[in-house]
Amino acid sequence: MSDKQKGGLRARNRRRRMLTGVFSVIAVIYLLPVVVVLINAFKSNSFVKTQTFSLPTPESFVGVDNFVKGMTFGNYPFAKSVLYSAVITILSTALILLCTSMAAWYMARVNSRLCRNIYYLFVFSMVVPFQMVMFTLSKTADTVRLFGFWGPKLNTPWTIPIIYLGFGAGLAVFMFNGFVKSIPLEIEEAASIDGCGPIRTYFKVVFPMLRPTMISVGILEIMWIWNDYLLPYLVLDRNEYMTIPIHIQYLQGSYGAVDLGATMALILLSIIPVIVFYLLCQKHIIKGVAAGAVKG
Amino acid sequence: MFRKGKTNGRAYGSGVLRHPKKRYWVVFLLPTAAAFAIGFVWPFLQGIYLSFCSFVTTADAKWIGVGNYVSAFRDRGFVYSFWYTALFAVVALVLINVLAFAVAYVLTQRIKGANLFRTVFFMPNLIGGIVLGYIWSILFDGVLRWYNTSILLETWYGFWGLVILMCWQQIGYMMIIYIAGLQAVPEDMLEAARIDGASGWQTLRRVTIPNLMPSITICTFLTLTNSFKLFDQNLALTGGAPFQFKTLPDGTLSTIKTTEMLALNIYNTFYGQNSAARGTAQAKAVLFFLLVGAISIAQLRATRNKEVQQ
Repeated sequence: MSDKQKGGLRARNRRRRMLTGVFSVIAVIYLLPVVVVLINAFKSNSFVKTQTFSLPTPESFVGVDNFVKGMTFGNYPFAKSVLYSAVITILSTALILLCTSMAAWYMARVNSRLCRNIYYLFVFSMVVPFQMVMFTLSKTADTVRLFGFWGPKLNTPWTIPIIYLGFGAGLAVFMFNGFVKSIPLEIEEAASIDGCGPIRTYFKVVFPMLRPTMISVGILEIMWIWNDYLLPYLVLDRNEYMTIPIHIQYLQGSYGAVDLGATMALILLSIIPVIVFYLLCQKHIIKGVAAGAVKG
Repeated sequence: MFRKGKTNGRAYGSGVLRHPKKRYWVVFLLPTAAAFAIGFVWPFLQGIYLSFCSFVTTADAKWIGVGNYVSAFRDRGFVYSFWYTALFAVVALVLINVLAFAVAYVLTQRIKGANLFRTVFFMPNLIGGIVLGYIWSILFDGVLRWYNTSILLETWYGFWGLVILMCWQQIGYMMIIYIAGLQAVPEDMLEAARIDGASGWQTLRRVTIPNLMPSITICTFLTLTNSFKLFDQNLALTGGAPFQFKTLPDGTLSTIKTTEMLALNIYNTFYGQNSAARGTAQAKAVLFFLLVGAISIAQLRATRNKEVQQ
């Protein structure tokens, strides 16, 4: 190796070390908003306003008081909001994964003209912004019942998954359709010849193969539904059901009158599950998001 | 009579395999299709119909023609929010993409800790818009309080505040797409450029960026549609404040919410105090849909063209 090359290598290494240093600083700044929430969750109300960026001092530190206070804040138990958020997210995601994958498989395999047109309608729904349908959708959810004319209305946490399935089907169908088309037909034909009907073929043969797309779609739906504010706010019966975003916005609506320390504690509680979820399935999340972006 | 081999097999196969599957539409297609009809098709069609009606609830709609569209275009707040949104979209588009590309470029240079940095930069993406807006309003007010002001008091504070918030949230997302694009740049092309004595900058301009065009197209349109559809962050950060009041020549008082974007303007028209304006709101929503749809079609065209070129 010549001296010149060695020098170039050393210079490159030095540059890389410098970039690591610079990015470490940027990363710390990047985390600052979360850190500010963390430190303010343990301060009393007045200190959140006046000393937003300083660490809790003996006089501003209130321990877990904010968390205790926050639990019953705004005349609505926070635990209930968390519960409803979890119920809605889990039920909706499960329903979307099951139903849209079946529909996408059916449409891709039958592939009649009607199926293709329905499929284009699903794809079309992806570009329609929520504001276009929000008023009529919330009215529909207020009148339609689970089984047409009887059963619970669609405005409860237990039935809102149907609304999510309907409004969110576009992206899921689109992603599943792309993957189903890449599965060779021979595998399913072999299953049929062995005596499997369509339902058995789907669940025993196709469903396991859809796993990677299931994870990607599932991640996208979880992130969307857990953080969604406007759809549940308009669809749910507001006096009875809140989700975490609705709860936080409700508290902010009464800005000034609200205990900021307790609100910070609630915000901290609401981002902890997200961060834990992220750290646990980071690889899948990043892959799913990239897949959704490239296709959507 | 009896044909041999393949033809016979295929005819037998398609007869048995295709036909029964089709009959199972009740199991496979109906649940999604029914929910889709309730959750999308019906509200969408009804929405288009109502944009030509005067109504307070969906039951008392009365056909009035294009009047709603006329009043939508006459609404100063709506026109203002369009230009405000467009300006925001352009600024956010440039900033987010340049920064995200720069970060992605550095992180693919085999620097130490690249994975950790990627984890950190992507993290804000998972926090919901409402919570983000609230966190940042506390942060901005924490700083602005030293100067005895607030993000709710100046239009430009609200504008740049939202730009900073969106950068914080979206850079990580776009970075992921750019990293995937950068990793797909053929190694032998970079090698060839190096052997030909190209400088780092030349390699970037002549080899990396041309190969990255698909990623650039995706990210450009994603930031554009995200900005136009932005609602949660806008609502939670400023909610439209500060307001500007003006008495029009005909004596009516007009209010412009100076940091209100399109989606929020539509929402406020729907659910504001004046329930007679709901027809106008629905007309605005249709125009909004046409705008977002046009951007999406442009995106489709752009990606198609790129594919042809390759």
